[in-house]
Amino acid sequence: MISTLDPGSPAARRGLSDISIRNLFIIPTIAFLIVFNIFPLIYSLGYSFTDFRASSNAPATFVGLQNYRDLLGDEHVWNNFSVTAKYVLVSVGGQVLVGFGVAMLLNRKIPFKGFITTLLLLPMMMSMVVVGLFWELLYSPSWGIINYALGLEDFGWLSDANVALYAIAITDIWMWSPFVMLLCLAGLSAIPQHLYEAAAIDRASRWYTFTRITLPLVTPLLLIAIIFRTMEAFKTFDLAFIMSTQETTELISIKLYRLAFQEWQTGPSCALAYMVLIMVLAITNIYVKYLNRAKER
Amino acid sequence: MAAVQSNRQRVLNRAAVGLVLLLTLIYLIPIYWISSTAFKPRSLATTVPPTVFFKPEVTAFVKLFTKRVQMIGAVDPEVYAKAPWWEKRVYDLGERFIKDSDGNIELSGYPSRFLNSLIIAVSSTLLAVGMGTLTAYGFSRFRMPGEQDWLFFILSTRMLPPVVVAIPMFLMYRVVGLVDTHIGLIILYTAFNLSFSVWLMKGFIDEIPKEYEEAALVDGYTRMEAFFKIVLPQAATGIAATAVFCFITAWNEYAFALMMTNRRAQTAPPYIPSQLGSGITDWTAIAAGTLLFLLPVAIFTFLLRKHLLRGVTFGAIRK
Repeated sequence: MISTLDPGSPAARRGLSDISIRNLFIIPTIAFLIVFNIFPLIYSLGYSFTDFRASSNAPATFVGLQNYRDLLGDEHVWNNFSVTAKYVLVSVGGQVLVGFGVAMLLNRKIPFKGFITTLLLLPMMMSMVVVGLFWELLYSPSWGIINYALGLEDFGWLSDANVALYAIAITDIWMWSPFVMLLCLAGLSAIPQHLYEAAAIDRASRWYTFTRITLPLVTPLLLIAIIFRTMEAFKTFDLAFIMSTQETTELISIKLYRLAFQEWQTGPSCALAYMVLIMVLAITNIYVKYLNRAKER
Repeated sequence: MAAVQSNRQRVLNRAAVGLVLLLTLIYLIPIYWISSTAFKPRSLATTVPPTVFFKPEVTAFVKLFTKRVQMIGAVDPEVYAKAPWWEKRVYDLGERFIKDSDGNIELSGYPSRFLNSLIIAVSSTLLAVGMGTLTAYGFSRFRMPGEQDWLFFILSTRMLPPVVVAIPMFLMYRVVGLVDTHIGLIILYTAFNLSFSVWLMKGFIDEIPKEYEEAALVDGYTRMEAFFKIVLPQAATGIAATAVFCFITAWNEYAFALMMTNRRAQTAPPYIPSQLGSGITDWTAIAAGTLLFLLPVAIFTFLLRKHLLRGVTFGAIRK
């Protein structure tokens, strides 16, 4: 951080002062974010206490906490939350296992390593919608290549109510395992080689080396990956929305979309949005704490 | 003993390399499959067993860009002889182009959606990176009361679920008439990318030694001149990487586009799956649309490969 210039110095006398440059550079961004992110949220907080419907011209009437009470008493909404929790668990769990495993495999001398790593990172840069769309093609019951490869006939991955959520999670795992892999690889390659040499001299078992050296040193980055993916999985909309219309795959953000833009229950949808928002902010808080901790190292 | 150990080690290492190559191949099958489907004749797209070897053709791309109807009866041989090769492919399928009264072929919705995506992604990227770079410099070089809190506030706006923001934004846009406009989406994407751009650029600017500017200030530059002539050129790589990340995010965005646009300003992501519902699904045309849409992202991913780790962690982890 630069100390503010001595006000008597020649540089400070000419041009704008440091304080005004700082304000000029920072304030537009903060103002922009307040106008387009915070103001709308205040606006919707107001609506969350009303029975407003954006599809009708009827003025909004104040109903107090009724929307929140209705939502918390609605077992469908609870079901949406439990579907979301299941999805987060399966998909993030899968990503951690696959991502960490592949990172362990990749953490050695491999021909064309950089090229292979970039190829593996390709899916996570793609649009969720497009990925969802072509996995639909792969999952197709009668002629999809997944059923063909597994020798299953007419198995409806996305139409079977019990399987659809897992099928979507598999797609998510395919897409995002490389993210976990990338962070684990960064952690693994930063482990000083002499630790392993010392362990070898001590004739430590592989398992001992793994649990006492590898795991603890990768954990900080792995945690960042897990928290970030948890947050993203919790917010998932595109993938599940494109791939399935089953009730068993109705994640909370899809419920929110239907409530707001299909049923036009604007008031209740704002209330539900607030519940989701508070959860996301809680996870964000944890995430930033770990990011800052990783930065300090 | 040691020799045996290292022999075993070597075998294990070979096995791991083999496994990595195998996994990479399996991993890339979905991408290969969508790419190959785009070049298949329609009759081979949905066969059992799946068709792997075929004569590639570009009919799917012709279909992607045009509107066609089924023909009743055969085409006039004279017309067929005069038609360009790509029109012949369509006649071969028993279809013909829909043409307006001047004989111009009517285009499908795809090219205009693609153009919308391009306009909106590029404009919002320029805005987000421009503002983000300035703000990052402000945070990097000057003291600010409650700096950490402001940075957290900026990051938290990025974490908001799109649906949560979209509900009030839709109501507000309806009042000011920004629903289904390019400007409406550009503003939303700028707001969404701005926080990312600030965090990433702050990481890049923090790395530029402040001594450079101090030397310039001593030489009589003003702070502004030092910023534009010393810091910006030093940060060029970072700015480029940030811009590419912002572009990809805006290019891929689906939820806002779905809720805020329906036709005029619609981008490609909500358009591509909407083709699924209309009539019999032609997977070759969908695959062609998908492939064209993925191409810029694939190219950018390769250009970005050195900065990916940094980008996905909001600049916190550098390497």
